[in-house]
Amino acid sequence: MDRLLNVTTFLSLVLLVLVLISVRRAHIRVEYSVTWLAAAVAMLILSRARPLLEAVRQWSGLPDTPLTLFLFGSGIFVLMFFRFSVIISHLRDDNIALAQRLAILEFHLRQTARPEGVEANASAHES
Amino acid sequence: MTRPTGPDSLLVIVPAFNEEGAIASVVSSVRRHLPGVPVLVIDDCSSDNTIPAARAAGASILPLPHHLGLGGCVQAGYKLAYELGYAYVIRVDGDGQHDAGDIPRIFERLKTSGCEMVIGSRFVAENGSRTGTVRWLGIRFFRAVLRPILGKPVHDPTSGFVGVNRRALDVFSRSFPLEYPEIEALVVLQRRAFRFEEVPVTMRPRTTGRSSITGLKSLYYIVHVLLGVFVNVLKYDRRFHRAQRESSRKPALNVATDTAGNTGRDAGPNARPNAGPSADRGVGG
Repeated sequence: MDRLLNVTTFLSLVLLVLVLISVRRAHIRVEYSVTWLAAAVAMLILSRARPLLEAVRQWSGLPDTPLTLFLFGSGIFVLMFFRFSVIISHLRDDNIALAQRLAILEFHLRQTARPEGVEANASAHES
Repeated sequence: MTRPTGPDSLLVIVPAFNEEGAIASVVSSVRRHLPGVPVLVIDDCSSDNTIPAARAAGASILPLPHHLGLGGCVQAGYKLAYELGYAYVIRVDGDGQHDAGDIPRIFERLKTSGCEMVIGSRFVAENGSRTGTVRWLGIRFFRAVLRPILGKPVHDPTSGFVGVNRRALDVFSRSFPLEYPEIEALVVLQRRAFRFEEVPVTMRPRTTGRSSITGLKSLYYIVHVLLGVFVNVLKYDRRFHRAQRESSRKPALNVATDTAGNTGRDAGPNARPNAGPSADRGVGG
């Protein structure tokens, strides 16, 4: 049990440091780092505060403490992955709409920028 | 590209991704069968010479800044056509499978039937079109799935040889499935109580390139499309019940409002639009 808690503490610390370094280097935006930091801190606290972990176990009615820790950690990360899937979906939709808008604006610009003679020739050619 | 002129203005769009081998003949064929009709090739960020080949053949080009996939590519064409004010748009694939000689019949049916969508179908009549066994099985499967949803049989739900009028263009320019769009697009139209018809066409084996749906992707395709259909049916039911509630509250009012705040008879599934193309003429043009 102690070994499991120590490993969890170690992994939480690694995650915490990794996220902080990434934020400092601007690899992750601050708003997206908050969830990771909160998850790392929650796991750190649970792995170090045994009475709290025990209270969570009793509250959830689970048979043993390691299982509680495992399910709690899994739950946090599943929720985070879901949140990021939602964010990615929004970003993809926005990205597609922007790309389409950009292409259409460029199309209009090219049409507008054509000198009159070229426009007439192009129209004749196109039709 | 010329601006649309007249109430029956038609634009032929050709979504293309690395189709340098076939695109020139596709564009030339369309121009030969429909002289005077503008052809717009939407290039989905090809890495080959698709753009120069299409331009040399006489098409206008809408180059996308990065690869969006088929749905995003087609929707870009619909958006531009809608903004320019075209009354009808017919989509032809860039790989040479569709015979441009069938376009006039699709166009004629679009104009005369008042349907929002006309599908060029391989299976309405026996016309010698061949398809692989796996694809044939897939088509049979989706026919069975779509039959109760659409309320009528659709023979070739995966066909990309499709013509739409301005009402469908309005819907698709705002909402269009991004991956494997053909089947989901039918359900999107069904939610608006729009109608579709099928016209027999001939399809040739692709002359260059290869299909994007191969091997394991076929399985992904089935799951993806089924999920998309399911989600769209759920949306349909919600809209249906909302429309029912609203109509019971306001029996005299026949004009509903859709989620985007647009008003029109197409907003509710029960409200079938009866206006012709003239109803939308001039919008965005």
